[in-house]
Amino acid sequence: MATATRTKKSARRRQLEAAINYPIDWLEERSGLIGGLKYFLFRKVPGDTGWWHTLGSATLTAFLVQALTGVILAMYYKPDPQNAYQSIQHITNDLTLGWLVRGMHKWGASVFIILMFFHMARVFLFGAYKYPRELNWIIGVTLLAVGMLEGFTGYLLPWDQTAYWATVVGINLNGTAPFLGPFLADFLRGGGEIGSETLARFYSMHMLLIPGLIFALIGLHLYLVIRLGVSSPPWSREAAGSDYDADQPATNGRSGLTQPAARSGWRRNGGDDV
Amino acid sequence: MTEPQHGDRTHSPGASLYPIGFAAGIACVLVGLIINPMVIVPIGAAIAVVCGFLWAREATTDFRGEPVAAVEPERGGPGESTAAPAIPADRGEAAMPEPGERFPRNRFLEGATLGLGAVIGGLVTVPAVGFMIVPAFKGQGYPKVDLGPLENFTEGKWFVTKFFMHPEAGEVSHRTAYIRNNGLLNGEPSFTIISNRCAHLGCPVQPNGPVQDNQTKDVDLPKGQKVTMIPTIPAGGYGCPCHGGQYDVEGNRVSGPPVRALDRYEFAIVDGHLVLGTPYSVSHVKGEGKDALIYKYKLTGPGEHVDGWEQILYPLQPPH
Repeated sequence: MATATRTKKSARRRQLEAAINYPIDWLEERSGLIGGLKYFLFRKVPGDTGWWHTLGSATLTAFLVQALTGVILAMYYKPDPQNAYQSIQHITNDLTLGWLVRGMHKWGASVFIILMFFHMARVFLFGAYKYPRELNWIIGVTLLAVGMLEGFTGYLLPWDQTAYWATVVGINLNGTAPFLGPFLADFLRGGGEIGSETLARFYSMHMLLIPGLIFALIGLHLYLVIRLGVSSPPWSREAAGSDYDADQPATNGRSGLTQPAARSGWRRNGGDDV
Repeated sequence: MTEPQHGDRTHSPGASLYPIGFAAGIACVLVGLIINPMVIVPIGAAIAVVCGFLWAREATTDFRGEPVAAVEPERGGPGESTAAPAIPADRGEAAMPEPGERFPRNRFLEGATLGLGAVIGGLVTVPAVGFMIVPAFKGQGYPKVDLGPLENFTEGKWFVTKFFMHPEAGEVSHRTAYIRNNGLLNGEPSFTIISNRCAHLGCPVQPNGPVQDNQTKDVDLPKGQKVTMIPTIPAGGYGCPCHGGQYDVEGNRVSGPPVRALDRYEFAIVDGHLVLGTPYSVSHVKGEGKDALIYKYKLTGPGEHVDGWEQILYPLQPPH
């Protein structure tokens, strides 16, 4: 902030700052949200992170685009066999900017999946899945699976020939899983045959059940990123994710934790110095 | 806190089989709802109730202060192994139970809150999840579908026959069968009725031969049923456009990924009309036409083996 260096401020400027700061301070005093936001945004990261580390937030952005465009598409889409196809045609051809929002949702779905794979490849090749971040890798793999389920359920909704037969094949593919496969297929179809129940069911899963799950898993994913810190690249001389500390040079990857509490937690359980 | 913490873990409850028994009981109820509501459900319910009671009894031994055998750690001592050491710091001693007290109120309230929360959550969740799962498995089965007068089916000719499985459901219930009138067998009409659902993953198989669209015949029947009949000559059998499965004219698999022959429909003759019955699965067919020997199985989904060793992978079928 420039205020510290400025010896004299005009009265007008002070008024302005007060007016801006008042609601922020009001909120902070009552909720701590501003501090929380700062804690989230202005974390320490290793100095030699680069563009590769932006793939995760790119994936998050892609998901948020899907969530936003999906909510708006849901205002015009009609999930029953008589109207589904026509409503999509209506969105694409008649409604203002419908072609754009539907296109964003359709192509964004592929972007989301592709970015997930790129992000996963980055994490894998950088070895960022190693201790103490194994759990976040597992959550990430779950997110990949759930994200693909989102793609599968969304594919049926246009209710054209491609959608219908691709879903027939997809469900029957699930049905060939040993033992419980036939039951899984019936559950997905909402019965023995694909019909209106299937469409409504896929729509519900696509817009409510799975996105809720994805939001929850992303929350956990980010929580662990914040708690454990961003890992540094393999060529870095810094230990993964550590705050630089001259008194305590990082000597191994295991000490690379941002949170002192987490570090001491490891020490205590490992029992080497306490 | 630098004291050694080894003794701390003992407070968690020892391994118990009751929760597993309880879960097994619930699973039994859910499976029973599908398979046999009259017999299996009560058995499952009984298992769940008994195991649930024993579980609750075991889990509350602390609160009820009953002496427990060796599993329970010693109370008192310097460690004070109750789960709530954090309370006294800022609250003063009033809420703090005397060491070794047998009915600590805060623990009762903790347990009551969690327990009531779990009960309420269960009351809401169980019906909701049941509603999500069970209807998919109930009220299934196949209706009898009237396909029109027998005279429409010229003897010895194949027809691509399209019909509505549920006329009231509209286009989504459109189905197709390949039907041939085989003439009389022992004085009764014989039909070959092959489902167009591929035995690989369920795509619609097509006749490998001319389909005579210009001779299409539409038959209007009661209850909104519309049957469309198109003569065809499936000289090369049937082929699937999705993954290339090929069948001969009787539906036997010839090549490609399908695991068995094409499904067929049972049929009946009612008042001079051909009426479609329940579909069934077929492993293979020997012979042709009315002399065919059909190896018939209960209807299974596409891609599931009905014979050979692989059939052990699909021991249970949902009620169709």
